Amino acid sequence: MAHKNVFVRIWEAAAGLLEGFYTTFIHLFRKPITEEYPEYKRPLPVRSRARIILTRDPDGDERCVACYLCSASCPVSCISMQSAIREDGRRFASWFRINFARCIYCGLCEEACPTLAIQLTPHFETCEYDLLTLVAEKEDLLVNHGGKNQDYNYYRVAGVIGKDGKGAHLKEAPPVNLKSNMP
Amino acid sequence: MTSLIPGYIILLVKLGIVLVALLIIAAYLVYVERKLLARLQIRLGPNRAGPFGLLQPLADAVKLLTKEDIVPSQADRWIFRLAPVVVAGTALLIFAVVPFGQGWTIAGRPIPLVVSDLNVGLLYVLALSSVGVYGVALGGWASSSKYALLGGIRGVAQMISYELSLGLSLVPVVMLAGSFSMVDIVAAQNRIPYLLVQPLAFIIFFVSAVAETKRIPFDLPEAENELVAGFHTEYSGMRFGLFFLGEYVTMVVLGSLVAVFFLGGWRGPLLPPLIWFAIKVAVVAFFMIWMRGTLPRLRYDQLMRLGWKVLIPLALLNIVVTGGVMLWVGA
Repeated sequence: MAHKNVFVRIWEAAAGLLEGFYTTFIHLFRKPITEEYPEYKRPLPVRSRARIILTRDPDGDERCVACYLCSASCPVSCISMQSAIREDGRRFASWFRINFARCIYCGLCEEACPTLAIQLTPHFETCEYDLLTLVAEKEDLLVNHGGKNQDYNYYRVAGVIGKDGKGAHLKEAPPVNLKSNMP
Repeated sequence: MTSLIPGYIILLVKLGIVLVALLIIAAYLVYVERKLLARLQIRLGPNRAGPFGLLQPLADAVKLLTKEDIVPSQADRWIFRLAPVVVAGTALLIFAVVPFGQGWTIAGRPIPLVVSDLNVGLLYVLALSSVGVYGVALGGWASSSKYALLGGIRGVAQMISYELSLGLSLVPVVMLAGSFSMVDIVAAQNRIPYLLVQPLAFIIFFVSAVAETKRIPFDLPEAENELVAGFHTEYSGMRFGLFFLGEYVTMVVLGSLVAVFFLGGWRGPLLPPLIWFAIKVAVVAFFMIWMRGTLPRLRYDQLMRLGWKVLIPLALLNIVVTGGVMLWVGA
């Protein structure tokens, strides 16, 4: 490092200081970039994830089959449920509970769900003073629509015999009659 | 007796008004600082409590008063409780010798607009700012917390170093005015403010004053990204509030000291003296806030080097040169 004249160094220091002060002073007259939240809500990004819902089939039946995959995939263990079997042989959750005080809105439950039952919505304004009011039961979570895919019906697609008989599912050929399949 | 009792009444009224005004100004200085600093960083600043956030100081006061007052179990209780009082008290007491107006005459009695025209006012200011160091040191020590202790030690080292240049920078002012009294110093600036006669002393005084208030760029005692909050780490509620109050009162006091020593005090054309004084204090306060929005914190060795190797020699040189010129001119 070359030794500069002491006056040059003082001048450089002073000029540096003045430049900084000038820059901040100019900022005083700029329009603040703050977005005032409750008055202005910025458009959310597509696929933003927040409060969880349980959706229904197009025919109005609930989609959840209580397979526990969401509960197992949840990294903070905020989903709990009890599976049961209905009279028609279909599995369902006799109770279903999400503790939103613990939920981190990661969306892993939604990815794990085979029936598209559990879905995340962009509704994020769920603040409460009491944490216990953030525990949502099944009736709080169930909605009357199909969420992101209104047409999907797990039992129509999956080929599980329950509501429909053999060969009645979508894209499924009727079963081959073994007795008529003679050479 | 007949003249003593009205004298005391006037003194008490004056004390009350000055105290209340100083506290309100300090509270609103917090608001102004937050607002200005926000605008320097193109933010909005507090704007929720009341119109333009004007009730923010009130909300802060309510918050601080209702917070739990925590004394750490290992702390030295007495000293822990004493320290914030020392800081706030000394800051408030300094203002007692600051003349903030020309003086009125009500019902034949002259009322000087200064709480006390002490003939050693300047020494009183320096002495009290030294006592203020105790608040920092004791607060940091009594907390029995490592961060608080480090902050306290830094505070003491910094404030003692800068007190020297603070005092030395004022010697030429005293030489020119020929008096330690603040009233006389203002009176001596009736032709020309000392800022134009002693620009070097002004710079040294201002830098040392900012270091005394422990503000950015000299906020090492409470460097939040190294020491949590430095000497007041363990304080909560209104005890922390007292430290906070002390800092902002000191800001007002130093603004008025700069005004008195270098900007001609309450003197100025056209406007009434009180308004001029307020304008000068506001300008100094604005500059301190602006500086906070601009400069980064100094490193500890840079701080010490600036104090001992730059400011003190310069202040001494300034004294010698001023004395020489005064002898030469024959003043």
